[in-house]
Amino acid sequence: MLFSSLLRRRSRLLVALFGIAIGATVLLGLVTLCYDIPRQLRDEFRSYGANLVFVKSGGTGRMTMGELERARAMLPPEELVGFAPFRYESVRNNMLPYTAAGTDFEAVKKTSPYWRVEGRMPERGEILLGADAAEATGLVPGSAMALDGRNEKQERYEKEFVVSGTVATGGAEDGFLFVNLPDMEEMTGEPDRADLAEASLSADAEKLNFLSRAVKNALPGVDPKPVARVTRSEETVMTKLTSLVYLVTLVVLLLTMICVATTMMTVVLERRREIGLKKALGADNKRVAKEFLAEGLVLGIFGGLLGSFLGLLFSRMVSVSVFGRALAPEPALIPLTVAVSALVTVIACLVPVRRAVDVEPALVLRGE
Amino acid sequence: MTENMMEIRDVSKIYGPLRALKNISLDVPPGQWLAVMGSSGSGKTTLMNIMGCLDTPSLGEVTLDGVRLAKLSPGELTAIRREAIGLIFQQFHLIGYLTALENVMVAQFYHSMVDEAEAFDALKKVGLGDRAKHLPRQLSGGEQQRVCIARALINHPKLILADEPTGNLDETNEGTVMEILHDLHDAGSTIVLVTHAPEVASHAERIIVLEHGRLVSDNAGKNGPPPADPAKSPGAAPANEAVGEASDDGAAIGDDAAVKAANAASDPGGLNPTK
Ligand SMILES: Nc1ncnc2c1ncn2[C@@H]1O[C@H](COP(=O)(O)OP(=O)(O)OP(=O)(O)O)[C@@H](O)[C@H]1O
Ligand SMILES: [Mg+2]
Repeated sequence: MLFSSLLRRRSRLLVALFGIAIGATVLLGLVTLCYDIPRQLRDEFRSYGANLVFVKSGGTGRMTMGELERARAMLPPEELVGFAPFRYESVRNNMLPYTAAGTDFEAVKKTSPYWRVEGRMPERGEILLGADAAEATGLVPGSAMALDGRNEKQERYEKEFVVSGTVATGGAEDGFLFVNLPDMEEMTGEPDRADLAEASLSADAEKLNFLSRAVKNALPGVDPKPVARVTRSEETVMTKLTSLVYLVTLVVLLLTMICVATTMMTVVLERRREIGLKKALGADNKRVAKEFLAEGLVLGIFGGLLGSFLGLLFSRMVSVSVFGRALAPEPALIPLTVAVSALVTVIACLVPVRRAVDVEPALVLRGE
Repeated sequence: MTENMMEIRDVSKIYGPLRALKNISLDVPPGQWLAVMGSSGSGKTTLMNIMGCLDTPSLGEVTLDGVRLAKLSPGELTAIRREAIGLIFQQFHLIGYLTALENVMVAQFYHSMVDEAEAFDALKKVGLGDRAKHLPRQLSGGEQQRVCIARALINHPKLILADEPTGNLDETNEGTVMEILHDLHDAGSTIVLVTHAPEVASHAERIIVLEHGRLVSDNAGKNGPPPADPAKSPGAAPANEAVGEASDDGAAIGDDAAVKAANAASDPGGLNPTK
C-alpha cells in the first residue's frame, strides 16, 4: 500500500526524488573525485617533471653507471615511474657551440611526459633538436647534422647524425641537442658516465626525503636531491583541493537536506486533511510519524540509487574533461551513497514529521 | 448510569472569546438514533468533535460507554476513536490516491489488520461491489459517501457519527444513504446525525436543536412514536410562535422554523423554547 501510494502521487514526490538524486549525484561524484583527485593529481604533477634528481656528490665530476644502477635499485619499484640518466657534452656544429645530452628516451617519456616532440624520438644514429637549437641551425627532420668536440682526454671526435625531430620543453633544454646515450658514449669514446639522473616517483615529500637520505648514506658518490618546489606545491595544492571538495560536498548535502525538508513540509501541508483523517480513524502519532519516515526512507533509497548512477557518470565526465582520463569507479561508494541519502532524507523529514504529528484530527469535521 | 452509550454533562467549548458550546447536557442511550440540528455556527460540529473524541471540552464531563474521557491521554483518546467511533463526513474525506477498497482498508490498517475480503464485503453491503478498484475521483458523490460509510463501519464501531452526510448529495443518493443508516439503526447501532435538513432529521428517533451553542430543544422522553413524516405536514408550521426567534440570517431562520415545525408536528403542544 505504501508503494502504490507513492506511485500514485508521483508528481510531488518526483520533485523530492530528484532533489535527493541530485544531492546523491553530487555526493558520489565529488567523493569519487575526492578519492581520485589525489591519484589524478599525483599523476598530473608527476608530468611536471622528475621529483628526485641524482648528481655527483661534491657538485663536480660524473657518476658511474654502476653507482646510478645501485641508486635506482634502492627506489621502491612500485613507486618508480621513470628513471632517466643524462650525460652532457659540449659539442659544436658548424663552429657553433651546443650542449648535447645523451639519454634513454624510453625513460625520458616517463620522467618528462610534458615534452612536445615534433617528428619522433631519435633512434640510434639520430638526433633530436631542442626548439631553440632547431631554429638556430635551421635544420628540419631528415637533415644530416655533424657534431664535433673534444673528450676529457682532449681527443678530438666527430660524428654525423640524422635529425629525427624537434622538442619543445619550455625550459633551458630547448637549446640542447638530444642523442641516445650509447651514441654519445661511442662518439666521445667514454662509456659509463652520467652527469645527472632524473627519477619520477609517486611518493609524497616525506617519503622522498626518506629515500634520498637512504641513498645518500648507502652511496657516498651520489647526491640525491628531492626537487622541493614541485613536491611541496603538489602537497599543498592537493590538500587544498581535497578540502575544497569536501566542503562543497558538505554544502551540497546541506542543500539536499533543505530541499527534502521543504518538499516534505509542502507534502505535509498538502496532506493535512489526509493526516487529520488518519488520526480521526485512529492512527496514533507514532503511526503517522512512521509512515512519513518510511516514505522518506524509500525516497532516500531510490534517490540515492538514481543519484549513484548519475554520480558515476558525472565523475567520469569531470575526470575525462579535466584530467583527460577515465577514473576507476569505486563500487563501495554506491551503498555508502545510498545509505547517506537515506539518512539525510530521514533527518530532513524530522521537522515535517513533527508538523504532521501536530495535525489536529478535529479538522476533518470542520469545513477546511 | 452506565446504560447510556454517551453522557454529556455541562459541556462547554470555548474558543477565545467565543463559547461554541454552552453547558450542554445530553444522554444518548445505546441503539438510539439522534439527530442534531441547528443553524450554521450553532456548535453542531463542535459537539460532534467532542462526542467523537476528536476534541476535548473546555468544561464539563463526557462519558462514552462508561469511560470518562476527561481522564484519558491523547493516545488513549486515539485508541477510543479507533475502537469505538465510526465517522461519516459531509466531504467524504476519501484519500484521493487510494482506490475505494484501499480507502476502506485504511481504517482496518489503523485498527488492526487489513483484510481485503472483509473490506470488499463492506463495499458490497453499500452496493459498491463493482466499484472497489475505482479511485475516488472516478466515483460519484453518492458512491464516495457510501465508501466513507463502509469505512466508518468496517471496525464495528459502538457509535456512528455522521456530520451532514447528505449535505453534498442529491435526493436519490440521500435516499440511499438514509436507507443504509436505517439498516444500521435496525441492527442496533447508536447513531448521531448532524443535519440542516428537517426531512433528513425526521428519520431519527430523537431530534435536538442547538442555537448559539445552547441546547434549545430536545424531543426525547416524549415517548410517542418516532416522527412519522413531519416535514410533510406543513400545516403545523404557520402560527408557530417560535418562527420569529432571534437568529443570524434568513436561511437559518428558515431552517429553524422547519425544525421547530418538525418538532411541533411530532409532539404537538410540547414545544417550549428554552431560550
Ligand atoms: N477551532 C476553532 N477555533 C475557533 N473557533 C471555532 C473553531 N471551531 C469552531 N469554531 C467556532 O465555533 C462555532 C461553532 O462551530 P461549528 O463548526 O460547531 O458550527 P456548526 O454548527 O457545525 O456549523 P455548520 O452548520 O456551518 O457546520 C462557530 O462560530 C465557529 O466559528
Ligand atoms: Mg458543521
